[in-house]
Amino acid sequence: MTVADEPILVATGVVKTFGGLRAVDVDQLEIRRNKITALIGPNGAGKTTFFNLLTGFDQVDEGEIQFDGKVITGTPPHRLAAEGMVRTFQLTKALAKLSTIENMKLGALNQRGEKFWAALIPGYWTKQEQDIEQRADAILQRFNLTHMRDEYAGTMSGGQRKLLEMARALMTDPRLVMLDEPMAGVNPALAQSLLELIKALPGEGRTVIFVEHNMDVVQEIADWVVVMAEGRIIAQGTPAEIKTNKAVVDAYLGAHHGEDLSQVELT
Amino acid sequence: MDWGFIFERSFSAMIGPEVVVYALAAVGLNVHFGYTGLMNFGQVGFMAAGAYGVGVSVFWLGWNFWVGIIFAFVYAGVLALLLGLPTLRLRADYLALVTIAASETIRLLARSRVMRPITGGVEGVNQFAGPFYDLSPFELGEFYSFGPFKYLGRDVWVLMVGWTLLILITLMVRQLMRSPWGRTLRAIREDEDAARALGKNSYFYKMQSLMLGGMIGAVAGVIQVIQKASVQADTFNPVITFTIWTILIIGGPGRVWSPIIGSSIYWTLIVFIENTLRQLPPDLRSTLEDTVQLSDFNIAMLRFILVGLGLMLLARFRPQGIFGSREEMALDSR
Repeated sequence: MTVADEPILVATGVVKTFGGLRAVDVDQLEIRRNKITALIGPNGAGKTTFFNLLTGFDQVDEGEIQFDGKVITGTPPHRLAAEGMVRTFQLTKALAKLSTIENMKLGALNQRGEKFWAALIPGYWTKQEQDIEQRADAILQRFNLTHMRDEYAGTMSGGQRKLLEMARALMTDPRLVMLDEPMAGVNPALAQSLLELIKALPGEGRTVIFVEHNMDVVQEIADWVVVMAEGRIIAQGTPAEIKTNKAVVDAYLGAHHGEDLSQVELT
Repeated sequence: MDWGFIFERSFSAMIGPEVVVYALAAVGLNVHFGYTGLMNFGQVGFMAAGAYGVGVSVFWLGWNFWVGIIFAFVYAGVLALLLGLPTLRLRADYLALVTIAASETIRLLARSRVMRPITGGVEGVNQFAGPFYDLSPFELGEFYSFGPFKYLGRDVWVLMVGWTLLILITLMVRQLMRSPWGRTLRAIREDEDAARALGKNSYFYKMQSLMLGGMIGAVAGVIQVIQKASVQADTFNPVITFTIWTILIIGGPGRVWSPIIGSSIYWTLIVFIENTLRQLPPDLRSTLEDTVQLSDFNIAMLRFILVGLGLMLLARFRPQGIFGSREEMALDSR
C-alpha cells in the first residue's frame, strides 16, 4: 500500500455521551486521502459533535483518532491546525472588527511576529508579513473577495463570510479541510462558485470532509458519502449508492420512526 | 465666584498626577478589554500589587528602592498568572468574578490586623519614596508655573517621570497591537474558537495579555504611591476599578490614545465641577443647601453623580467613545 492509499483520518471506537445520550458512537471510519467525503444525516444525528471530536474542540469519552498515522486524541485544536488539519464552523466565524485582509493574514501559521518580544521589533517580521500578505491577496483573488480586502469582515454578506472563512482556512496550508455546512445560507449564485472552489481542493493535495444537508450538493461534489443517524454511521458509499440505500432513505424519511436503528437491516 | 481659581485648578487637573495614574491603569485595562476582550473588574488589584510591592519591600524589608520597583512589576505579573491559570480556560465572566474578588481580597488582607507587621494595616506604609525624590531637579516644596499649569516641585518631578512612562508605554502598546501578536489578540476578542481553529493557542495569548495589562496597572500603582509617599489599603477600593472603566469608555476601548484623553477629560470634569460648586455665590449656595442638602460633604458625591449622568449621555449619543468608530460599533449588532 502506498502513502496515497492510506487513509488520512481514522476514527476507531469513538464514543461521546452527554448525560444518558450517546451523541456519537462510531466503530470505525476511514477518510480517504485527496478525496471529498460528505458527512450527512438528519438533524441531531451527531454530525457536528463528531466534527468537534475530530477537530479537538471536544474530547472523546472512548476511542482513538489518527491523523496521518499519528494518534491525535486529546490534542488541542491549535496544535491540530499546525499539523495540517483546519476546520470551519456551521455558524460562520468571520472576525467582524478585523478587515478582510487581517482575517486572512491571521490564518498563516508560524508567524515570527506572533511572539510577544518579536512583536516589538518590526524588522524581525515585516518581510514575512509581506510574503503572507501576498499569499493572502492571491487567495482572495481566487475567492473573488479582492473588492472587500480592506473592509471590515463584519460588513460582508452571509455568503461572503462563508467564502472568507474557507479562504482563511486555506491560509494555514492544510492537508485536511473540514467544512461544517459550507453551503448553509449561501445564495445560489455564490454557491456555485463555492462548489467549484471545494472541488479544486483535492487537486492541490488537500482532503475535504464536509457536513451538508443539501443532497444535490452532496451528489455533485462528494466522492464518498458517510451517513450518520442517532450517533452511528449507518451507511457509506458513493453518492449513487447512497441515493438508493434503504436505511438512508428511512433515516431521512423516518419510516422506522421510534425503532432502534441497530435493528434495521442495512442493504 | 473666583473663575480664575476654578480654571487654574481645572487646567492643573488636566495633566495632573491623577491623570497619569489613571491613564496608565486604563492602558492596562485597554490591553485586557479593548484588545483581548478580557473582562477584568479588578484592575485596582494590580495597582495595589505594584504599590505594596514597592512599599513593603523597601520600608519593611529594607530593599533598595529601585529593586523594590522591579519586584513590584514581577509581583503583579505573578498575580496575573495566578488569576489567569484557573479562569482563562473558562468563559469570560469567570475572569470578571475572580478579578473583582481578588482585588477586594488584596485590600482587605492588606488592611487586616494579621498583616499589620508586613503591610502596616490601616495605617499603611510610608517613608519609601526618598530615593525617587532625591533625583528631583526641582525644589520639592516650591510652586512652579507653566502657562496655565501650576504644581508643587515634587509633583512636577512625578509628572515628568509619569508622563514619560505613560507615553512610552502607550507607544509600546501601539506597536504591539500593530504586530501579528496584536492581531491575534484582536482575533481572540472577536472569536476565540476561530483563532484556535487557525492554530493560535488562545489560552497562552490571553495569559500574556492579562500579565502585560496587569503589569502596566502596577506601574500606575507605583506612581500613585510615590506621589502620595504612602501606601493606604483603602485607596485601592473597587470604585477605582470602575473609574478606570469609565475613563476607558469615555475614550473608546481598543484605541491607542483613549486612556490618556479619557483620563484627562474625567479628571478635568471632576475638578471643575467640584470647584465650581464650592465657589457658588453665597445666596445660591444657601438655597441649594436648603433644597437639595448640598453640603460640603455632598459636593464630593454630587460630582460623581454628574459624571454618571455624563456617562449615560455618552452611552446614548456616542456609545463608541471619543475615538471609537461608529461603523465598528454597528458591526456588533449584526
